[in-house]
Amino acid sequence: MKVFLPGTLEDLWERWEKIPNARIYAGGTDFMVKLREGAIQAPALICLERIPALTKIREEENTLFIGAGVSHAGILTHPLVQTWCPVLVEALRVLGSPLIRNMGTLGGNIATASPAGDSLPALYVLDAEVVLADARKTRVLPISDFILSPGKTSLKEREIIRGVRIPRPMPYTMSRYEKVGKRKAMAVAVASLAACLRFDTNGVVKIARLAWGSVGPTIVTASRVEKALVGFPLSRKHLEEIAPMVEEAVSPIDDIRASAVYRKKIAINLLCRLAGDSNFNGRFTP
Amino acid sequence: MKISFALNGRPVTRDLPPDRRVVDALREDLGLPGTKEACGTGECGACTILVDGVPRLSCLMLAAQLEGRKITTIEGIGKAEKPHPVQEAFVEAGAVQCGFCTPGMVLTAVHFLEENPGPTREEIREALSGNICRCTGYQKIVDAVELASKRLSKKGTTE
Repeated sequence: MKVFLPGTLEDLWERWEKIPNARIYAGGTDFMVKLREGAIQAPALICLERIPALTKIREEENTLFIGAGVSHAGILTHPLVQTWCPVLVEALRVLGSPLIRNMGTLGGNIATASPAGDSLPALYVLDAEVVLADARKTRVLPISDFILSPGKTSLKEREIIRGVRIPRPMPYTMSRYEKVGKRKAMAVAVASLAACLRFDTNGVVKIARLAWGSVGPTIVTASRVEKALVGFPLSRKHLEEIAPMVEEAVSPIDDIRASAVYRKKIAINLLCRLAGDSNFNGRFTP
Repeated sequence: MKISFALNGRPVTRDLPPDRRVVDALREDLGLPGTKEACGTGECGACTILVDGVPRLSCLMLAAQLEGRKITTIEGIGKAEKPHPVQEAFVEAGAVQCGFCTPGMVLTAVHFLEENPGPTREEIREALSGNICRCTGYQKIVDAVELASKRLSKKGTTE
């Protein structure tokens, strides 16, 4: 099987036009496994790793653009990302292993569209938009519209993820990614939670954004829970009161990693963990 | 497909099937069996190599991706007569039992210590978390990396 490594997007479109059924890959951390299992068949492969347009991180007016081909390691060590979206850094820090983070890309994590994809809850709370491109045009979709169901996205034929755009985030006081897995490294999340909160000087929640991973067919958000947090200090007591709303919002399944009942419990406990933390980036004193 | 790259510091050009996995190309076509394969799915780190100095998994890369890269395998790190300080530390600390994970561990550790001289034990554990060992229980591997770190930083200050 032929493998092509285009050096520009123009080369990519040209090659893809010639071999329309060619499959594309970037880091290969999911793709290569499926290819070897026989789950992917293609007349040729196109690797995106040598296209500089896909590996840029830059500030654009009021958004941060992260190229789809930037590795997880490249993102989490980037000063702009650290300033703009610490929640994404937190999430990528526990994605796979150091080796996987050197290879895997943000675009790949999004395209794989696993409910357990560690970047996804962070991208949901950040209101990230996915920038898509084909040979003719570029279009932009909110991440929550782009991801349809496990493994299914709105990607059209011969279209790629160009990158993500993250709007200038609120000045959050707390950015956290909590994950429960079987072990620390190389663990698929049993359940996870990305949380961005802003407190006033009295420790009362002003803004709350939450997104859970691995407790539904796609990432779960719950505006009811977010609203219920606003106006109260983040106390374990208050969180326990709103726990039933979380239980209602999530729809986990039983699988080889955990039972649905356990996942529900974890989804609530992850929220309660937030209250147990007194290190809210130094600005919040309980 | 003719593929040209630098292998352990020497330029090579080889005719390789572009879709051959790098781990297979290294072991079977290029005569370097130091790189090991265990899981074949990117979970264990046994097949770690350095690509332009960065640790990557050779079971998840295809030969075509070697083009133009600088590849370092365990054979390029040290020789039996002149081992790398990290390899010496592995021997002295008793960090090698069956040895299957060792090439990947050593390559990951060499890169890690270049980037992070003087790490804590916790940082060493985190850095090696993608390399699995089923013999040692990791304590002696962490000891070895700690020992190597001390020696390398001493070397750095005296040279």
